[in-house]
Amino acid sequence: MKRSIFSAMVITCFCLFFAANLYAEPKEYRIGAAFAVTGSASWLGEPQKNTVEMLVKEINDAGGINGHKLRLYIEDTHGDNTRAVNAVRKLIKMHNVSAIIGPSRSGTAMAAIPVAEAAGIPLISCASAEIQLEPADQRRNIFKVAPNDSDAIRVIYDHIVARDLKKIGIITGTTGFGAAGRTLMLEMAPEYGLEIVADETYSPGDTDMTAQLINIRNRGAEAIINWSIVPAQSIIPQNIRQLRIEIPFYQSHGFCNVRYAAAAGEAAEGNIFPCGRILAVDTLPDDHPQKPVLQEYKTQYEEKYRDHVSTFGGHAYDALLLVVQAMRAVGDDPQKIRDYLENAEFVGIGGIFKFSPTDHCGLDQTAFEMLTVKDGKFVVLDQ
Amino acid sequence: MLQFIFMGLQRGSIYAMVAMGFNMIYNSTGIINLAQGEFVVLGGLMMVTLTMGLNLSIPFALMITVIFVTVIGILMERFTINPVKSPTVLRLIIITVAVSILLKGVAMCFWGKESHYMRHFTGTEPFEIMGATILPQTLWIIGILLVIVVGFALFFNFTMTGKSMRACSINRDAARLAGINDRNMVMLSFALSAGIGAVAGSIITPIIQMDYARGALLGIKGFGAAVVGGLGNSFGAVVAGLLIGIVEALGGGYISTHYMDAFALLILLVVLFIRPSGIFGSREASRLKEF
Repeated sequence: MKRSIFSAMVITCFCLFFAANLYAEPKEYRIGAAFAVTGSASWLGEPQKNTVEMLVKEINDAGGINGHKLRLYIEDTHGDNTRAVNAVRKLIKMHNVSAIIGPSRSGTAMAAIPVAEAAGIPLISCASAEIQLEPADQRRNIFKVAPNDSDAIRVIYDHIVARDLKKIGIITGTTGFGAAGRTLMLEMAPEYGLEIVADETYSPGDTDMTAQLINIRNRGAEAIINWSIVPAQSIIPQNIRQLRIEIPFYQSHGFCNVRYAAAAGEAAEGNIFPCGRILAVDTLPDDHPQKPVLQEYKTQYEEKYRDHVSTFGGHAYDALLLVVQAMRAVGDDPQKIRDYLENAEFVGIGGIFKFSPTDHCGLDQTAFEMLTVKDGKFVVLDQ
Repeated sequence: MLQFIFMGLQRGSIYAMVAMGFNMIYNSTGIINLAQGEFVVLGGLMMVTLTMGLNLSIPFALMITVIFVTVIGILMERFTINPVKSPTVLRLIIITVAVSILLKGVAMCFWGKESHYMRHFTGTEPFEIMGATILPQTLWIIGILLVIVVGFALFFNFTMTGKSMRACSINRDAARLAGINDRNMVMLSFALSAGIGAVAGSIITPIIQMDYARGALLGIKGFGAAVVGGLGNSFGAVVAGLLIGIVEALGGGYISTHYMDAFALLILLVVLFIRPSGIFGSREASRLKEF
């Protein structure tokens, strides 16, 4: 008697267990994110983290992906290479994620890429360096959503050529971003028939660039390009104004931060720079295909975090929604996601993406819009 | 050429201001206060909040800023330097390192990580002098620097308190025997150096912008100027600061801007090799000091 009660209990337990399994929610989809949330690059990582948290909540509130709940694991890289590698490793080994978005900086991305590649987990980088995707046969699982620096240079050079100017002076910051831009600008100038007559640099802590600018002026430059991402660059327009240099002044997309323009004050008026459309969404023509996406992201983000949107948060937006789009189509198998991404098309914050097996960036020159500063605001430059 | 010199003067005045702060504390305690750069940063950031955030007038904001940072300097001395039982030079210097890290962290919490900017004192329309242009703010910096230098020279040489402070620096035990309250003198020196830091931060922020992490860099260049000029010598600090600034500007302009920072360090090295006590420092005096 006792025995049969016991076996009945065991059987009931088993039944319950299976039943529970049968009626359990569908398995959750896991995405990992590695951003520089703290540390010196936190101005990149913070908006990225905010953006993905906002999006994941929205997706889950709307019922998840085909009924699967989306689970996001965010790791902080501190903008540090070693930590980025560890973060990516942890996401893959411990959290079993199907795809990774981030890291935020090119250096950390370069360090983390081999880990994701070896594990066969797709990684959608939010950093801009093109070298991340080279050589292509060892970067099968790596994608990137940040636009190419070389495309930004193309936009600027096209603009200069259209104005019929030949001699340019470049001034670059001595950070990774600045140095990469300097190399590219020097390489690409002959292609456009431009002559770089002055090549100057400044360190991120510099407080006065008049010496560099005087050199540029004295060598007869007809336009100046500044390529940098550090706050010190907002001193340059002021120095230009002080020296009364009146040739066209171009900035890189590293200047695309409302704070930099505010810091430069009146001197920023009329500076010309290529930039993601998110910062000038209000002055974008209404029929632009990106306009609705941009406007929605901007309103949502600014309402929730009471902070300006940035192009960097936009990269995280694009990366996450690309993976979500892939998951909706093919489920959470990493290799299926990879195959899907390779042919994905997507209208995002950074531009209109069109990936292909040979192009894991999916953006071209059209990702940039020429902007200028007018009354302290970023506006689309009238052609 | 003239433009480079103007640029050098502007850079140099900034270094000189920071160097003066170093000297102040060195003169009364014989230590290097490595939190000096943080005083400058606090001054600058406070000024930004008062002028840009609360829209106060500049002289009024400057006054509040100086008082605020001076109080911080006094608190620092009372809570971290004064209680030390056996104040050896090395121990005190390490304490100042700790304070600098603390102040930096607090500044980051209050003002965030981004760069702050403020309006210039009197507009941004540059003056033209013989083909070169100079910002009104640069004139302010140089002017205020001169006032401070003269003021302190008078203070240290002609007032009893100033003389007592110098006595403490030369030999604290002897000064105490002569009836000088050495602990109060030390506190006063921290107050004054914090005050100078605040003024420096306030007047340079319109030109260089300010963020919480700038203290270290300002500190290094300022320390360089203090050493080149001879530690403890205010006049030397000013000359050395301006010299470093001008050499940097000329080197950057005529040789290569890629090596601008290297020129400053080159001067520092040359001076340390040829005249370790600094250009204006006295050899005999420096031999008697611990550091």
